[in-house]
Amino acid sequence: MTLQIESRTPALDDAGHPVEELVLNVGPSHPSTHGVGRMIVHLDGDVVVKVTPVIGYLHRGIEKMAENRTYLQIVPLTDRLDYVGSMYANWAYCRAVERLAGIRVPERAEYLRVIVCELQRIASHMMSIGSSAADTGAFSMFIYTFDVREGVVELFENLCGSRLTYNYVRPGGVSKDVPEGWTDDVLAFTGSLGPRLDELDRLFFGNTITRGRLKGVGVLSPEDAVAWGASGPAVRGSGVNWDLRQHRAYSVYPRMEFDVVVGERGDAYDRARVRLLECYESAKIIEQCIAQMRAGAIMTEGLPRLLAPPVGEAYDHIESARGSLGVYLVSDGSERPYRMKVRSPAFCNLALLPLLAVGHTLPDLVVILGSLDPVFGEVDR
Amino acid sequence: MALVDRIGAGLESLGGGIILTTVDSLVGWSRGQSLWAFPMGTACCAMELIAASFNKFDFDRLGTFPRPDPRHTDVMIIAGTITEKMKPAVSRLYEQMPDPKWVIAMGNCAVSGGIFYYDSYSVVRGADSFLPVDVFIAGCPPRPESLQDGVLQLRELVRTESIAPGKRRERTLNLPQAPVAHTGSTIAEGSGEVE
Amino acid sequence: MTGFEQLQTRLAELSPKLYPLFSEEFGDAVIGVERSQLIETAEELRALGFDRLGMVTAIDRQEWFTLVYRVASRSLSAAVFLKTRVPREDAHLDSLCGVWPAANWQEREVFDLFGIVFDGHPDLRRILLPEDWVGYPLRKDYEDDRIIRRPDYI
Repeated sequence: MTLQIESRTPALDDAGHPVEELVLNVGPSHPSTHGVGRMIVHLDGDVVVKVTPVIGYLHRGIEKMAENRTYLQIVPLTDRLDYVGSMYANWAYCRAVERLAGIRVPERAEYLRVIVCELQRIASHMMSIGSSAADTGAFSMFIYTFDVREGVVELFENLCGSRLTYNYVRPGGVSKDVPEGWTDDVLAFTGSLGPRLDELDRLFFGNTITRGRLKGVGVLSPEDAVAWGASGPAVRGSGVNWDLRQHRAYSVYPRMEFDVVVGERGDAYDRARVRLLECYESAKIIEQCIAQMRAGAIMTEGLPRLLAPPVGEAYDHIESARGSLGVYLVSDGSERPYRMKVRSPAFCNLALLPLLAVGHTLPDLVVILGSLDPVFGEVDR
Repeated sequence: MALVDRIGAGLESLGGGIILTTVDSLVGWSRGQSLWAFPMGTACCAMELIAASFNKFDFDRLGTFPRPDPRHTDVMIIAGTITEKMKPAVSRLYEQMPDPKWVIAMGNCAVSGGIFYYDSYSVVRGADSFLPVDVFIAGCPPRPESLQDGVLQLRELVRTESIAPGKRRERTLNLPQAPVAHTGSTIAEGSGEVE
Repeated sequence: MTGFEQLQTRLAELSPKLYPLFSEEFGDAVIGVERSQLIETAEELRALGFDRLGMVTAIDRQEWFTLVYRVASRSLSAAVFLKTRVPREDAHLDSLCGVWPAANWQEREVFDLFGIVFDGHPDLRRILLPEDWVGYPLRKDYEDDRIIRRPDYI
C-alpha cells in the first residue's frame, strides 16, 4: 500500500520564513499550574499568541451540595473551597449567614476572627510567594516560605486541632476559645516574623534573576483590573488603592491602624512584592488585636441548634488573601439554604490570564499564572 | 519481557528455593528503600503532601521524593478529590508509569469520595473505582506523619513481593462494568481547536 | 439617612431613568428590570460610575429564573443588585460582556450550571463541567444516577 504524503505549504511571514502555530497543552497535571489547571497555548515560536485556560477539574458541586445541608453543616464545605485559606472562607460564609439571620457576634469572637484571618493571610501569601519562586526555579525559596507557614499552621493546630481544614469560624462566633499561652505564642511568632520576612525579601526580591524574570512581565493596567472584576493583591500591584479592610471596613477593622500596600507598575514583581509586604501589615494587625482583646463570650447566646433564618437574601464579603470573597445566600425559611453562591476572587482574577499573557514567552506565562495566585478549589468550587 | 521478569521466571522454573528468595529479598529491599512518588495532588491533601516533602517532615529520608514526570516514578500518591473531568487524566498518567507500580490513596476523597460522597454530581467516589490501590490513608487531610506511615506500610508490601511471575500478587481491577474508554474526552483533544 | 436613602436621593438627582426602578429588598438596594431593558439599564449604571461587576448568578424559582448582578461603584460608595427574570421555557437574555468585560466568565458559569443562554456572548460554552456533560446541575429538577442522596437526618 503506497503511503500518501500530503505536502502542505506553510504560510510565509514578511521575511519569507515559514510560519506555523504550535498548539501546546499545559496541564492539568503539571508542576507549574498551581493545582489542576489546564492551559491550551497557541505559540508562534516561543511567543504566546493566545492562551485558553480550561478549568473545572476540581468542580465538586459544592453549591449544589449546600442546598441539602443545614447552615452549620456547610461550614466544613467552605473549608475546602480555598484550602490554602480555610479560615477566611469560613468567615465569609458566616458573615452572610449572620446577615441573613440577624445575628450579632460578640466582640471577643470578632477579635479572634480577625487574628486567625490575618494569620491565615500570612500563611497563604507565603504559599503563593513560595510556589511563584519554585516556578522560576528558586526551589529552596519554596522551602523557606513553607517553614514560615509551618509556624502558622502549628499555632492553628494548638488552637483548633487541625492543620489545614479548621471548621473554626461558625455562624454566631467561633467554636473554641484560645488555650492558655496561645496569645503569647502568637506574639512570639509575629515578633520573629519581621527579620524572617526581611531575609526572604533580600533572598528572593533582591536577586537579579528574580528581577529579570518577574519585572515587566504581565503588566496589568488599573483600568483593565477594575473592568475585569479582579481584586486583591493582583490589582493592588497595579496601583489601585482598594482594600475592603479599609475602604469597606467590617468587623473590628475600623479600630486597627495599618497601611494598604499598593504597587506601581502592575507587573508580576509588584504583585508578588505586595503580597510580601502585606504580611508585615498583618503582623501589625494581630499585635493590635491581642492588645485590645478582652475576656468575654465567643459565641452568641441563645442561638438555636438548627438555624432557620427568615425568608430573604443576603450578600456579604471579606478581603481574603486573593481578593474580595463573597457569599450570596438565599433562604426560604427552612434550615437549609435555597441557594448558596460563592463569589470567588481567584475565578475572577484568572479571567485576566488570556489578556495578560499575549506577547510573552512560555516561561513568562508560568510566571504570570503564579502572580495571579489561583487556588483551584476556589476557582472550580 | 523485562530482564527482571526473565530472571524470576528462570529461577522459578529451576525450582525456586533459596536463590529465588534471596534475590527476591534483595530486590524487594532495594525497591522499597527508594520509592519515587508521583504527586497526583489535586486539592487540599496536596498541601499536606507538600508539607510532608519539605523540611519539617522530611520525606527524602525515607527515600521518597516527588518527581513530576510519571515515567520516573514507582508510586502514585493520589492526594485530593478526583472529579469526572479529571478521571481520564489520572488513568492516562497511571498507564504512563512503568511497571512495577503502586498507588497510595491519600485522604478521604481519594479513599471513598470523602465529604463529597453525598449529593455531589461530579466527584468520583474513591480512586479504587478505576485504579488498583495498595495503601489507603484516611484523614481529611491526613497529617504528614500519616502519609509517611503509609509509605512505610507500602515499603513492607513491596518487600514481600516476589520477582517470579507466578508468585506475584495480582493487581486487577474488579470492576462490574467495562474499563474507562478513552473516547474523545477533554484530555485527549488537547491539541484540537477549542472554538 | 441610611446608606440606602442617600443612594436613592443621589440617583434621583443623577438619573431620572433609574430612579423609578430602584427598590429595597431585605436591606439591599435593588434595581429590578425586565429583560428587554437590561442592556439599557446596565449602560446607564455604567455611565453613572458603577464600574465594578462583582457577581453574576441565577436562582431557580420553579417557573422562572431570577438573574442577579451585583455592581459596585467606588465613586458613589455604593453597591446595587441588578435583578431580572427569565421564564423557564425561554431562558435567554442579552449578554453584558459589552458593558462590563468581567461578565465573560461569570455568564459562562451561569450557562454551564443553569442552561440560561446569553445572546451576544463572544464564547458561550461550558466552563466548569466537561464539554460533553448533559444537563444543567444547579436546576432544581436535575436528575443524575451518580448522585447519592444524603439520608434525611439532620
